[in-house]
Amino acid sequence: MTTPFYVSPEQLMKDRADYARKGIARGRSVVVLQYADGIAFVAENPSQALHKISEIYDRVAFAAVGRYNEFENLRIAGVRLADLRGYSYDRADVTGRGLANAYAQTLGTIFSSGGEKPYEVEIFVAEIGESVDEDQIYRLTYDGSVADEQGYAVMGGQVDSVNEYLSTNYSAGLSLEDAVLLASAALGHDSQQPRTPDPEQLEVAVLDRARSQPRKFRRIRGERVTALFGGADAAATADDETPAAADATSDPAEPTTEPTAESAGETTAEPNAEPTDGEADGAAEDSIDLTDLPPDPPEPTA
Amino acid sequence: MSRPSDSRLPASFLTPGSSSFADFLAQQSPELLPGRRTPPSGQVDVPHGTTIVAATFPDGVIMAGDRRATMGNVIAQRDIEKVYPADEFSAVGFAGTAGLGVEMVRLFQVELEHYEKIEGTTLSIDGKANRLATLIRGNLSMAMQGLAVVPLFAGFDPQAVGGRIFSYDVAGGRYEETAFHAVGSGSLFARGSLKKLYRENLSERECVMAVIQSLYDAADDDSATGGPDLTRRIFPIVAVVTADGFRRLPDADVGAIADEVVAGRMQRPDGPAAQLI
Repeated sequence: MTTPFYVSPEQLMKDRADYARKGIARGRSVVVLQYADGIAFVAENPSQALHKISEIYDRVAFAAVGRYNEFENLRIAGVRLADLRGYSYDRADVTGRGLANAYAQTLGTIFSSGGEKPYEVEIFVAEIGESVDEDQIYRLTYDGSVADEQGYAVMGGQVDSVNEYLSTNYSAGLSLEDAVLLASAALGHDSQQPRTPDPEQLEVAVLDRARSQPRKFRRIRGERVTALFGGADAAATADDETPAAADATSDPAEPTTEPTAESAGETTAEPNAEPTDGEADGAAEDSIDLTDLPPDPPEPTA
Repeated sequence: MSRPSDSRLPASFLTPGSSSFADFLAQQSPELLPGRRTPPSGQVDVPHGTTIVAATFPDGVIMAGDRRATMGNVIAQRDIEKVYPADEFSAVGFAGTAGLGVEMVRLFQVELEHYEKIEGTTLSIDGKANRLATLIRGNLSMAMQGLAVVPLFAGFDPQAVGGRIFSYDVAGGRYEETAFHAVGSGSLFARGSLKKLYRENLSERECVMAVIQSLYDAADDDSATGGPDLTRRIFPIVAVVTADGFRRLPDADVGAIADEVVAGRMQRPDGPAAQLI
């Protein structure tokens, strides 16, 4: 005689939550924080091609921690949902809240259905508004719960210690440089012994209100990240150059004799270094390290 | 487990696969695709867009379109826009059924942006041109009913370091053009004009001047093409695509050049004379 194996619903959900939580805590943290001109995302990511932070739509971006194939699936679903909505209605009708809701429903259903393993992911969906007050940051967890975050937020890795550092050091209205420096320092406070993350291993992206294009998402890569760490002077130069490059369309630029002279900018990038990942602005902006990228980012889900 | 009452995202959203928005749309909401509707029987009178011209110059390529839409003998709109950015480094204009053309352009814009976001890299210019051909091909049944759209695509090619122009036919045939091209009802006259005015080493301003001259010639001989409207100050849309990206010339700049063209025509209505030999 065998007695049927009984697991109480509480225990079942707890086991599933523990399972998901463990997977998420294994990786490194992602920090999102509001600064004066928008929202900055900072993550430690040794890969240049497999992103934790991505563009979803004009004013909406996405960051995730956990299992790559699972959050990549969710990212693609988000891009499809946003593009479909923007195409069938209007670009202005794509909102972060709508996307966060769709993600919450999806994650929640998967978590509570017995037949699937829960997703081991946590997600930020952020949307910038016209002013700091209208910015929105949503944090979605593996079970589909949504939290509306203000100012800053952390997920993945050692959340508590990173969060503690941010809570004592964060203040509203930071400049971009200060925001990235703070985020990087916070990422280093993930253990008893604080360390300094290598700037070259940081993935940094912003939703920048000051951009003239409708698409506000912008990656900050390579030399531009190190410039942020290089002291006030270097940071200031980098900041000056960025809008100039970004505003190529609005600026009736002086005709160039050499077509590539402008695009090469301060770097020695080849003329074919096209912007990627939604930085469809002046090629100068992030042509720095693109030449090192493989032509096609690997697609682990394929 | 089937979950018909679920509010989660449908499986098609979460299935990896195509990076094409049009393919996704065909699967998810086929009714939103311009070419997927049941073609109406009989004739409808709808606005038609007319002439688009494009010409390369050493730094890139220029595309311009007149502002008129016609419906039979009526001018349906005086200030229609028929030249758009396709993405940061390319421009697209259309001639033919205005409603479908605008929709096709929107779909093409989303298609390019969608690919960029999903794949993390931009399409090559040939890839973009081929995608547009596929979209046009999907519209063939509508074209058979008289609702044709013929686009003109031009962009900056960072590999070739220069501008490139692609023309299409209603069946989705894609043809690369050298130097300059025009589509639409006034295109024959515009092309003839550009033949005489075009040089390879034109500056940006001279190239804009040449395409505006060609649009003037098109408007001169084709009733469906609108010339510069001096009283209302409505001028052709001129887009410049270079290594710096897409840029639409401000109306004031185009207006100044158009004024010069018109002033020249006051002296010589047929436009500047080319040398005989």
